[in-house]
Amino acid sequence: MLEKETQSNVQQQTGATVLLTALKKQNVNLLFGYPGGAVLPLYDALYQMKFQNILVRHEQGAVHAAEGYAKVTGKPGVVFVTSGPGATNAMTGLANAMSDSTPIVVFTGQVGVGAIGTDAFQEADVLSMTAPVTKNNYQVRRVADLPRIVAEAFRVATTGRKGPVVVDLPKSVTQEQVTELTDDQVHLTSYQAKRPLDQAAMDEMLLALRQASKPVILAGGGIGAAQASTELRKFSKDFQLPVVASLLGLGDMPTDEPLFLGMGGMHGTYTANMALTECDFLLCIGARFDDRLATAPKQFAPNAKIAHIDIDPAELGKVIAADYPIVADAKVALEYCLAQPMKPAHDQTWLQLLQQRKAAHPYSYQESSTELKPQRVIELVGRLTKGDATVVTDVGQHQMWTAQFYPFSRPQQLITSGGLGTMGFGLPAAIGAAFATPDKTVVLFVGDGGLQMTSEELDVLAAYDLNVKVILLNNGTLGMVRQWQDLFYEKRRSQTVFDHQPDFMKLAAAYGLRHLKVTSPVTVAAELERAFSSPHAMLIEADIPALEQVFPMIAPGKSNDQMIGVK
Amino acid sequence: MMTNNPGVLNRFTGALNRRQVNIDSISISPVVDPAVSRVTMAVYLADKAASTQLLRQLEKQVDVFEVKDITDVPHIERELVLIKISALPEKRAELLAMIQPFRAAIVDVSSVDVVVQITGTRSKVAALLRVVKPYGILKLVRTGVAGFPRAESTSD
Ligand SMILES: Cc1ncc(C[n+]2csc(CCOP(=O)(O)OP(=O)(O)O)c2C)c(N)n1
Repeated sequence: MLEKETQSNVQQQTGATVLLTALKKQNVNLLFGYPGGAVLPLYDALYQMKFQNILVRHEQGAVHAAEGYAKVTGKPGVVFVTSGPGATNAMTGLANAMSDSTPIVVFTGQVGVGAIGTDAFQEADVLSMTAPVTKNNYQVRRVADLPRIVAEAFRVATTGRKGPVVVDLPKSVTQEQVTELTDDQVHLTSYQAKRPLDQAAMDEMLLALRQASKPVILAGGGIGAAQASTELRKFSKDFQLPVVASLLGLGDMPTDEPLFLGMGGMHGTYTANMALTECDFLLCIGARFDDRLATAPKQFAPNAKIAHIDIDPAELGKVIAADYPIVADAKVALEYCLAQPMKPAHDQTWLQLLQQRKAAHPYSYQESSTELKPQRVIELVGRLTKGDATVVTDVGQHQMWTAQFYPFSRPQQLITSGGLGTMGFGLPAAIGAAFATPDKTVVLFVGDGGLQMTSEELDVLAAYDLNVKVILLNNGTLGMVRQWQDLFYEKRRSQTVFDHQPDFMKLAAAYGLRHLKVTSPVTVAAELERAFSSPHAMLIEADIPALEQVFPMIAPGKSNDQMIGVK
Repeated sequence: MMTNNPGVLNRFTGALNRRQVNIDSISISPVVDPAVSRVTMAVYLADKAASTQLLRQLEKQVDVFEVKDITDVPHIERELVLIKISALPEKRAELLAMIQPFRAAIVDVSSVDVVVQITGTRSKVAALLRVVKPYGILKLVRTGVAGFPRAESTSD
């Protein structure tokens, strides 16, 4: 009798165990999630099958953590949330992942199939709500479809232009008993992730590139997503092509490489923005001419023939009309380029001019012997971590200073919210990154505004004592918005100066986190060195001046050569 | 052409909405393979570039097979329209004569009005509407235009 019972237990499959089995098949061994009524069967199966779930403190945190994990590993991050409010809390993360093409699969609980449409407790129309912020979404209506849908969700999230996928799981499906397993053959008849490279178009483009005298490459997040950084570096070097990076393209080229001109756009380098303006051939690979980069599309690269290589055909011609539009994976395209006979034809004057500018106009800031400057803190951290830490940021001034002053050396090293600009992204993303690379130091630069948006995740940081150094650049203001008010609204600082703030050191202490406050430019180097010598989680609060600005800056709508605050 | 899955049409029209494109008419139904639907949609766009961009945005959706702009290619299109027209019995002979060239038919009558049915291209429908307008159009319903390119070599 007893024996029989155990046996039937082993044989017993529910929708939930079918799901977890399907996840195992996708090599998923870590989830970020939060339980609730509609996902009780899932969490029960999880418990029994010993699946590791990181219990975040808010569902937004789960999604950002999965994004951080995905960016570091190149593998999809996986999230479980409950129905209704669990799913709506995940929306910001989905929108963020959609903007930055991050592969994640989010499983949302749903009320039972029979209750859908009755305004049941914690019912939300997840399919409709998530449609515009997902690459695709599914609702599983029969257990039999589950293995196939899971396989399809992972396929869609991780191929072509990557992105978030939602799988809505009615409770009746996850608790249903099944005896027979259905197959997981994907059936994506209408989905085209890859297209053959148009070699004729590539040849034509390369011919024009050879004839250019002032060529420049614009490298975006697509390089990292395609793991094509090695190819980019070689192409740039072999053919002496200077490279400008978008925010998400930082790390595609090493910061100290002479041919690397730095970040372009609103807070980019003088050299990069002038190169974008003066070039006669612009080869854009895996970037999408976002308005923070192509600040005035009509005046963008006015003298250039433009080649645009992107895996997503919809990006071609969306913002900037390309003379050579090419649909391709960045790696495939660059490999093709490398296989073609090509000599660096353009004369040296262009490269010399760029080198002179790089030397004359680096990023700069007013150093101080009394105040602790954020740029200095970032430079010091860059040196302490030898430019090799996984760097995560939140959104605001500190994000731009990090982009400017951290010496990135490898692709996918910077994890930041680019397209959506989501405050609150940083801390949970850093946690996800730390789970992905336990052997590496993760540095999070975050502002006092953004930290307060997801500070509940400090508890997760403390619980796992992850090697994350949270560097809070505290200026007591919503710095980036205040900067715009100072520059464009005659310093009317409407709602951007906090008149009350928590004691962040006490907050860290409450969570049981190591903490440190740095205030002096004299002692900061030694204090940071000590902090970074330990592998523990720590909140380091740097008291920085309230009114520091990010420069250079291109005012919104102005062209790339109209920078203010250039050294 | 798109798969006939839940939420697909919602996602499709959502993409138009998000790009500030107004749908003038839309018709959708399964083709021979019941797992696939064909949509015919009429939208007004500023230029060819806008149309190309929209096609790509729609085509990139996982459930969409392909999208074509058939405005300028030879194609067959039809729309079915029902028009209730105010017409006392003494006016009807004249009305009948007016609609005859359009091969429209009267499909319902009451003491004060008639219902005219027409099938045709959008321009033919527009022409008929101009003709009957002076009588007083009481009600109008249109299925939206449906169609495909003439020389399409592929089959469903
Ligand atoms: C969720 C969200 N709300 C509002 C904004 C608008 N915003 C952009 S930067 C910024 C200020 C950020 O302040 P803080 O986190 O202190 O960083 P700082 O700019 O001072 O470095 C705000 C409010 C945003 N990006 N995200």
